[in-house]
Amino acid sequence: MSTARKIAVVSAGLSQPSSTRLLADRLAQAVGDDLLTRGVEAQVSVHELRQHAHDITNAMLTGFAPEGLQEVVDDVVAADGLIVVTPIFTASYSGLFKSFFDVLEKDALAGKPVLIAATAGTARHSLALEHALRPMFAYLRVVVVPTAVFAASEDWGGVDGVSGALQSRVERAAGELGTLVAARASDRPADPFALTTSFEDLLSGS
Amino acid sequence: MQFGIFTVGDVTTDPTTGRTPTEHERIKATIAIAKKAEEVGLDVFATGQHHNPPFIPSAPTTTLAYIAAQTERIILSTSTTLITTTDPVRIAEDYATLQHLSDGRNDLMMGRGNTGPVYPWFGKDIRQGIELAIENYHLLRRLWTEDVVDWEGKFRTPLQGFTSTPRPLDGVPPFVWHGSIRSPEIAEQAAYYGDGFFSNHIFWPASHTQRMVAFYRQRFEHYGHGAADQAIVGLGGQVFMRKNSQDAVNEFRPYFDNAPVYGHGPSLEDFARETPLTVGSPQQVIERTLGFRDYVGDYQRQLWLMDHAGLPLKTVLEQLDLLGEEVVPVLRKEFAALKPAHVPEAPTHASLVAAAGGARDTTVHAAGDAVTGTSDRETTNEVSA
Repeated sequence: MSTARKIAVVSAGLSQPSSTRLLADRLAQAVGDDLLTRGVEAQVSVHELRQHAHDITNAMLTGFAPEGLQEVVDDVVAADGLIVVTPIFTASYSGLFKSFFDVLEKDALAGKPVLIAATAGTARHSLALEHALRPMFAYLRVVVVPTAVFAASEDWGGVDGVSGALQSRVERAAGELGTLVAARASDRPADPFALTTSFEDLLSGS
Repeated sequence: MQFGIFTVGDVTTDPTTGRTPTEHERIKATIAIAKKAEEVGLDVFATGQHHNPPFIPSAPTTTLAYIAAQTERIILSTSTTLITTTDPVRIAEDYATLQHLSDGRNDLMMGRGNTGPVYPWFGKDIRQGIELAIENYHLLRRLWTEDVVDWEGKFRTPLQGFTSTPRPLDGVPPFVWHGSIRSPEIAEQAAYYGDGFFSNHIFWPASHTQRMVAFYRQRFEHYGHGAADQAIVGLGGQVFMRKNSQDAVNEFRPYFDNAPVYGHGPSLEDFARETPLTVGSPQQVIERTLGFRDYVGDYQRQLWLMDHAGLPLKTVLEQLDLLGEEVVPVLRKEFAALKPAHVPEAPTHASLVAAAGGARDTTVHAAGDAVTGTSDRETTNEVSA
């Protein structure tokens, strides 16, 4: 089996249990299964932003992440692939979800494969993934997989609590993420304290 | 080791009374605080430089010169001098003048400034902050060390045959620190020139300071200025003290909760755990400060922020009494006992003059003209011929 890959899951659901977390777990399971078929072991970590809501606000106000949040940030930045899931509030990602990505370093996620997903009470919110999440992650210069997974209340009906249509989207998206993650060398996050130029270059203005 | 205080110069409403000081009151309070710092035995008083409300120190050398005239011993410094938006020619002139007025009792700390709108007011762009700091400082050094400068760069109009006056006192420019929270370029700059590196330290987790200081020390050695543990390091700190630590917490909490920078965010307890902020008894401040050495090594200068967030002058002066009477004497003794002999003290005017082989007058005399008449001195033309 080739090197293990780290998959970080960011879930912005607020209720407990939340359908957002349910979808996140489905996706994480499917990505893990997909990677296994490629001979790659997945190490999955799941982060519930609800637990860090105060810290995320504090990080915005002080400019640094408190210890507990910093561990989440480090894990997400070091991941080989990301699964991000938000509830759709007021026609877009939740404020908590956006705030988490707002406190990351600029460029921290650049180049990373990302699977975007969302939940809502009505299917009328489904295109929020395409008009809100996809451009936001394009701005962060990540590689968003083609299939974005949306689950409305009605998608949770059906066999095993998940409708066949939802499960097939989950598996298709997982396969897309698995392809990118397996093909990519493991990530070494950039050190924000590292000097990336020489003083002579700085002095000559180049 | 040097101990002192640094002020931001903020005009902030006292949250316990709702009263906001006037600019005049705040400027006069700054003078009273500086004089008190000398009186209680501190070594350094440093002021910030800002060009927007709610801050008063837009003309730091005017304030520092006034303090110099009313004090005997304390070193006057900055926290920081804006090397990005201040013309290096003005910095060279202002701080050399301050040297002459204070008889060498001044140094200064370079900083970039992180308020975006200030830059365009001075024709600059915050996105070029690092480049400005690098180019402007290099010019500043040349203005202080070369009598006649020809210079051309990206950010300032060129200079041909320019002499910055007055020349530095005794032929020795003031010692320079470079302040930065987390830009490795600035630590590299300080190391390159063998200058001091000051980590603001407050408002941020200790891990930032630890990384930046370690990097500066390693690069200081790389550039051949001495061993890594001989690099010149300064740290910020922030404290509020009462004899009884719970009294300190109760009294400081409203100021903390409403403070600029971190107010309305984390709790005092969380922030005190995550940053160097210490609110408690003098003994707690002593222990916390000694602990800084564990992650930055032996260092040369400790400055505390004592007068922000709307604290009334009376309270600040009481804090300085505690600092001078109960904290600093103990820290002086403890740090001195821990410091190995090969680790230098922070450079002062006297030590820099000694290192330069003694004081020498470096006045550049101009050729006489119709207004000033002829001079009995050697002139610029003869010097450069």
